[in-house]
Amino acid sequence: MKTLKKIAVIHKECVACGSCLKGCPRNAVAIYKGSIAVVDGAKCVGCGKCAQACPANSITLAEVAIV
Amino acid sequence: MKKKRWYDYLWMASAVYLTLGLFNILFAWLGLICFIVPLMIALIGGSKAYCNNYCGRGQLFELLGGRIGLSRKKNPATFLRSAWFRYGFLTFFMTMFFLMIDSTYLVFAGADLKQAVTLLWVFKLPWQWAHTAMVSPWIAQFAFGFYGVMLTSTMLGILTMILFKPRSWCVYCPMGTMTQGICKLKNRKEAASNGRKSQKNCGVA
Repeated sequence: MKTLKKIAVIHKECVACGSCLKGCPRNAVAIYKGSIAVVDGAKCVGCGKCAQACPANSITLAEVAIV
Repeated sequence: MKKKRWYDYLWMASAVYLTLGLFNILFAWLGLICFIVPLMIALIGGSKAYCNNYCGRGQLFELLGGRIGLSRKKNPATFLRSAWFRYGFLTFFMTMFFLMIDSTYLVFAGADLKQAVTLLWVFKLPWQWAHTAMVSPWIAQFAFGFYGVMLTSTMLGILTMILFKPRSWCVYCPMGTMTQGICKLKNRKEAASNGRKSQKNCGVA
């Protein structure tokens, strides 16, 4: 059975400043090799705190299907 | 709530740095830490740990704009986030930085010390109260120039913090752009060499 879950999605405009790391209450975001933020889909609860904190507006929330 | 670590208080160091410079311009030299450390972390470690954890200026903007509420918390203008603006601003910033180094060299070579702090690359503030007699004129000249660079970037950071989100400065911060560029290049090189290694292991010519 598939369920829908909201998670944060990082876009290529990410400047890897790390504002999202501090915003995330679940430690679901990490900066990959100083280049771009990555989200751990298993930890992310889609609260949107990272998107609020992101100064580059490069995080959006999207619904994904979980099997 | 996340547990606070020692580096979460580095905003104090930034505030103290800017204040100390008002009393003695020679403290401006300490600002080189904010230039050298992120570059070393990016070049050696290949990460932006400085921006992510240790940047006192970013933390200061977060505090002023976030907790104190001086920011409108709006998304920054689109042009500010574009690659051409970020790399263009980095080029402009580095050009002005090297011009500042050149004026330091001129004083080293015998030109007169200019006791002024230049704000926003245009406005020269007279800074006659600085006590610079105990050092060589070129050391003082670099301090004047560098303090101008630090004050200018802080002013731009505060302006964009008020207009947009607290850490909007991070989007076009020349050091952030430079370190991200270094990390991307480093990762690309590593990926390419790993690819070559795996090709060799597989016996591919």
